[in-house]
Amino acid sequence: MPVSKRKIIDTISHGWMLVSLTVVLLIPFMIGLGLVLKSLPILQQENLLRLLVDSDWHPMKGKFGFLPFILSSVYVTLLSFLIAAPICLLSAIYLTQYARGWLLQVMHPVIDVLAGIPSVIYGVWGILVIVPFVGNFIAPLFGTVSSGYSLLSGAIVLAVMSIPFILNLLIEVFNSMPVELKEASLSLGATHWETIKYILVREGFSGIVAAIGLGISKALGETIAVLMVVGNVVQIPKNVLQAGYPLPALIANNYGEMMSIPMYDSALMLAALILFVIVLIFNVFARLVIKHGGSRR
Amino acid sequence: MKRRKKIEEQFFKGLMAASTYIIMITLLYLIYVIFKQGFRALTWEIVSQVPKGGYYFGEEGGILNAIVGSFYIAFGATILALLIGLPVALFMNVFLTRHQSALNNIRFFLDVLWGVPSIIYGAFGFALMLFLGLRASLLAGIITVTLLIVPIMIRSMDEVLRMVPGGLLEASYALGSTRTEISFKVFCRQTLPGMITAILLAFGRGIGDTASVLFTAGYTDYIPESIMQPAATLPLAIFFQLSSPIPKVQERAYASALVLTLIILFISILARVLSSKYKEHVIK
Amino acid sequence: MTDSILRVQNLNVTHASTPILRNVNIEIPRNKVTVILGPSGCGKTTLLKCMNRLIELYNGLDISGSIYLDEKEILNSKNDLTSIRQKMGLLSQRPYPLPMSIYNNIAYGLKIQGGLNKSEIADKVSHYLKIVGLWDEVKDRLKSPASRLSIGQQQRLCLARGLAVNPEIILADEPTSALDPISSTKIEEQFLELKKEYTIIVVTHILRQARRLADHVIFMYLGEVIEQGTPEEVFDNPQSPTTRQYLKVGH
Repeated sequence: MPVSKRKIIDTISHGWMLVSLTVVLLIPFMIGLGLVLKSLPILQQENLLRLLVDSDWHPMKGKFGFLPFILSSVYVTLLSFLIAAPICLLSAIYLTQYARGWLLQVMHPVIDVLAGIPSVIYGVWGILVIVPFVGNFIAPLFGTVSSGYSLLSGAIVLAVMSIPFILNLLIEVFNSMPVELKEASLSLGATHWETIKYILVREGFSGIVAAIGLGISKALGETIAVLMVVGNVVQIPKNVLQAGYPLPALIANNYGEMMSIPMYDSALMLAALILFVIVLIFNVFARLVIKHGGSRR
Repeated sequence: MKRRKKIEEQFFKGLMAASTYIIMITLLYLIYVIFKQGFRALTWEIVSQVPKGGYYFGEEGGILNAIVGSFYIAFGATILALLIGLPVALFMNVFLTRHQSALNNIRFFLDVLWGVPSIIYGAFGFALMLFLGLRASLLAGIITVTLLIVPIMIRSMDEVLRMVPGGLLEASYALGSTRTEISFKVFCRQTLPGMITAILLAFGRGIGDTASVLFTAGYTDYIPESIMQPAATLPLAIFFQLSSPIPKVQERAYASALVLTLIILFISILARVLSSKYKEHVIK
Repeated sequence: MTDSILRVQNLNVTHASTPILRNVNIEIPRNKVTVILGPSGCGKTTLLKCMNRLIELYNGLDISGSIYLDEKEILNSKNDLTSIRQKMGLLSQRPYPLPMSIYNNIAYGLKIQGGLNKSEIADKVSHYLKIVGLWDEVKDRLKSPASRLSIGQQQRLCLARGLAVNPEIILADEPTSALDPISSTKIEEQFLELKKEYTIIVVTHILRQARRLADHVIFMYLGEVIEQGTPEEVFDNPQSPTTRQYLKVGH
């Protein structure tokens, strides 16, 4: 191929690369801008703070209090984290420190498969297994009645969904620790477990925090699986066996009606904007911890 | 004191092993439940026919509309994402190697973008749709899903490209290649297995995601014939059928869930098989 | 030879049929500096790690033979591993301070051992920091993270940390290879001082360092012990052609 033709191809593809890069870099800004623009109508009408702490949600009357949804999101995410984090941490330590090599080999495909399963499938499983479990087994255990569609079901399903993600990150944290650190602790007379408890966990602390932070941000945004099992009742849940209505579920459930009631679409876009901002904050924070936690050495 | 330490270690070891096995058992149980419920209700009609009249009341038909719709969207989005994502990944690893801080910032940026939930893309896609005057359609669905999977595709490809030894790059320059030629001929061939995995990963994400197509692709009982027509998707088909009060329709939801799960599992296995097959071409 | 504290007998270590250590038989004299000398990859580090049984952290290795510490067998012993390990302090190539404050780096081993109250621990911390010559440099910032020290200071901290648990032997694996010349000299001086109370085994591939430090030399090549003896014997009168070749080329 003559040099000039190669040069032309080079220039074209160079241009194509730059255009693509620009598009990609612009995506979050476009999203943010779009959401803000669509939220403006309701923000002009109401005070943002009032919208966030008000618990009265009656769109037909023009009342848009987001508190029940924000609290539901917080509760269900926190609960799922309480379930998933210890399991993931314990398992990651076991897989990297105690178990034979083949167990880790087996776990990797298990984790990959779990990670690839779509949200809606988890939802189906949740309806088939978790909801009856909570309604027929857990609730009577505590002397209450519950349909099973509850924060707890949402949290369990979310926990199972978050586990592959968090576990993968934690395994990497523990695997990337220098073996010499372990050796140093052991030569001082510590047992394997003491080494893990006092040294490895401390060394990997920033990585652990970041992994959990990322897991939480992913859980906050999970829509379909949670929606299918959490009950979708507009209320501030008083205990985990009651139904909740997290932010993503709010957006997903009501898009059909949003065009017919004034301000509804703007309110839902505001909900999306709130979610977007929270998730971004968590993500940026967790990624920053990863970035600067390792540079101590 | 030594005994106490030993007991504590044994206790935690037990707890840790239990956690690991709980995770494994949960996965197996999940697959088992989906398969069991799904196979019971799975019939040939379900995967080969579109819904006929009264389908949602238990009458004839199947979910072919959703299967085809999902594939159309996933294919379209993957191709678009490839067109946008591959150049960016190549750009990062061929042109930006000397600008480490810019590179790190872009990677940071992409990682954060990866974490944005699909409902946000869905909401944005919806807003975009209204803005552009589009109706709920295949096109709107494809655009939205593309936005969703672009960060995944770029980051996965980037991880693969990073592993290419720097020496290969230098040798190619020394032979007088342009940077484009290096990008496509050298890098892509060398990293083909990883690239395929990245593409399949993005495809799998695109086909199974619900929230991004919820508002944008619409729903229909027909297989779309043009890009401006609405399209049904598997996740929505599952969701709608499950919400029905009629048991027969709910059963079909389980069968649909099984179909989707099988597709995803197939893609995972395909990714592994293809990447190990093409590893022959890779220079170590 | 004089009283030997450690005796290695017929030690063989293989990894998937590749031998790493072959029929190693050596004796380590008490309260002397023994230098294990040899080119990279000759198995010196593996030998060291067998002594305090850190070798067990690595999978896929076949280990046979015995090691006697004060005439008690330790390699195959089912006895408490932690007390065996505490008898030998380890200094690695690169310093690996524990992710804690300077104070806690030294206190860690003491707390694990148990049996000391707070003030006793504080005394020991200052004592050992003084021994390695770090006390004046760090006494005002004992609670600050050890990672903020310079690399030379970190290595001395690791030495103090290892001494604090009262070992009998100090195992040093190329302890100055990551350090600048001044810090290296300080460490070497420490070794010469410390041999009065401890037995020191230094692994190195630097010939001049070996000459400076050794009371006893063990020369290894490709997993085998080629020669051992006093520095005069090995450096000035090498018996084996391999040793002679190494001495010619080494530095």
